[in-house]
Amino acid sequence: MPARLAPYLLAAPLALVFLAFFLVPMVLVVVVSVFNYEAYQILIPDFTFQNYDDVFSSGVTYETYLHTAKFCVIVWLITLVLGFTIAYFLAFHIHSLTMQITLFLICTIPFWTSNVIRMISWIPLLGRNGLVNRALMSAGVVEEPQEWLLYSDFSVILGFVHLYTLFMIVPIFNSMMRIDRSLLEAAYDAGASGWQTLWNVIIPLAKPGIAIGSIFVLTIVMGDFVTVNVLGGGQIASVGKAIWTELSYLQFPPAAANAIVLLGVVILLILALMRIVDIRKEL
Amino acid sequence: MNKITQKTTAAPAGLSRRKLLQASAATAGMAVGAGVIDGFPAIHAADPIVIRYAGTGVNAFRELSEQCKADTGIEIQYTTLTSDDVVKRAVTQPTSFDLLDSEYWMLKKIVPSGNLRGMDVSKVKNYDKIVPIFTKGELPDGTKTSRTGIAPIKVSYLQGAESTEFSESPTDFMTLIPTVYNADTLGIRPDLIGRPIESWKELLNPEFKGKAAILNIPSIGIMDAGMVAQAMGEITYGDMGNMTKEEIDKTIAILIEAKKAGQFRALWKEFNESVNLMASGEVVIQSMWSPAITKVRQQGINCVYQPLKEGYRAWAAGLGIPTHVDGKMLDACYEFINWYLTGWAGAFLNRQGYYTAVLDTAQAQMEPWEWAYWMEGAKAEKAVVSPTGEKIAEAGEVRDGGSYWERMGKVAVWNTVMDEDRYMVRKWNEFIAS
Repeated sequence: MPARLAPYLLAAPLALVFLAFFLVPMVLVVVVSVFNYEAYQILIPDFTFQNYDDVFSSGVTYETYLHTAKFCVIVWLITLVLGFTIAYFLAFHIHSLTMQITLFLICTIPFWTSNVIRMISWIPLLGRNGLVNRALMSAGVVEEPQEWLLYSDFSVILGFVHLYTLFMIVPIFNSMMRIDRSLLEAAYDAGASGWQTLWNVIIPLAKPGIAIGSIFVLTIVMGDFVTVNVLGGGQIASVGKAIWTELSYLQFPPAAANAIVLLGVVILLILALMRIVDIRKEL
Repeated sequence: MNKITQKTTAAPAGLSRRKLLQASAATAGMAVGAGVIDGFPAIHAADPIVIRYAGTGVNAFRELSEQCKADTGIEIQYTTLTSDDVVKRAVTQPTSFDLLDSEYWMLKKIVPSGNLRGMDVSKVKNYDKIVPIFTKGELPDGTKTSRTGIAPIKVSYLQGAESTEFSESPTDFMTLIPTVYNADTLGIRPDLIGRPIESWKELLNPEFKGKAAILNIPSIGIMDAGMVAQAMGEITYGDMGNMTKEEIDKTIAILIEAKKAGQFRALWKEFNESVNLMASGEVVIQSMWSPAITKVRQQGINCVYQPLKEGYRAWAAGLGIPTHVDGKMLDACYEFINWYLTGWAGAFLNRQGYYTAVLDTAQAQMEPWEWAYWMEGAKAEKAVVSPTGEKIAEAGEVRDGGSYWERMGKVAVWNTVMDEDRYMVRKWNEFIAS
């Protein structure tokens, strides 16, 4: 066997897996998105942009994207601040490795159960007669039960933050652990204050972690429909949910068109992030 | 991105897979036990037949499959799906099940796919005793039932065994053999409302702002909305079961307006969600199904299935056999259906608050006072206990809505799929997204 074939053979298994489980389904989705459909005939081979036209001409699409984008921005900001703070604490304030590992494992506790259970457990807590409302009322903080706690944007965002902060912590913590401690000493010796060190040394060096964490959180929130459905009481729209609804009514072509549009939006988001941070160079 | 979408969808699927595993483990364990104890001539004992049964779960009960196994030796393996998923499964993956538990309105979507066979009525032993709602479109006393929406009689018969066309008049080939049906109305929490509720329009009464819910299955939800809009005097429908585009627009506009005003606490899709909403007090008035009421009451919470002056929205379900089933499995499916109509299952379902297709055989399996309570609207002689052992009503109480005749006689509409279905679903999506 010629030696120059070897690298191709070595790469072949992964390439084949990628082809079979990612590229082929993706191409199929693109193909279906230009198909036509009728109530009793789900897929009619065709080449029509009607489904895309439906997506872009409907005001509901823009409202839904706007709403989903709002969730993205808010959840991203909260998880970033939380994730960065927790990672900073773990990386710079805990000095023993055992303790770091222990605390890090504690952060993963929510992931020990399925995410559906994690979401559903908020419901008895936040409900009209839930624990939070009862505590607030018996403490005299409020007179009436607070209804915005559950089945609202608030509960959806709370659910997202609960579920996805860890995706921020892990990459940022990883970047921070790679920072050479002597740089911090140098900054201190040069007379930088704590904030100055944070802003001029730690944040720039933790950027790749922040970027990776942001990609995780943004893409998950963009495509989510389970959290929005469970904690939004079925009343709050998201792009993922719109696709899911179409699928459950057997409207595959428009669902595929919607999925392609969503894919495009997410790719644009990631490209924009890559412009800010060149992850490959920084790793 | 695609990967992530798939990951999130895996969660609920995993859940139902686990449920399925539990159910089949239970059936398997029970099968071992049954083989040892019972003295029944177990027909399929040597070579146990397992029927894969897909449906909405309204009549998927462990007790039922255990009794069937004991009587016939046939094992039932349930797959429980939401209504929309039943249609999707029947149209796209018909070979993934051997017996379909479908609702009648779904047939309008499933039958054109050619995946269901016309069932030979001569093989159904109690065919003559099936209530005439399904075979003639009338009540046993001869009065015609409502034809608004997809009344079962409109889709009960096919033109031939392999036909994909419905027949107007009875033929020898049935699409579904009816199992359960009921008249649905609004469920309320009388303890939290404190005044009588008499009309569908109360669902959108601002008095219950933030405390109402409607179900998010368009074919059913639109009919609830139609009943409400008509009761409010906002819309007079030509045919509520087959609305025009304009009527759909108006109906959805009313829903969107109510949603924007904060009328709805939640929209539910799966029957257990409605139980939780009601039991927790999040909602005091909502679209509801009869067994959901029973389930709330089992928790000791007062919940009433309120009869309303405009009448009921009815539904019916039945068992159908997909075309891929043949030979021994086909015989087993007919045997299961025949067993279903012999009374035990009917009595079991009647005690859940449903109605069964063959009344005589079910009556023979029930105590006279039970029959009087569930079917004749009489006062309960003793405390009423559900088949799963929880108390449903005290002695002396009567069933909400009264007798079988009073309830089934006041059916105003049936669940439906309209000609403008595609348009309606799009508009319904706007309501969800608004």
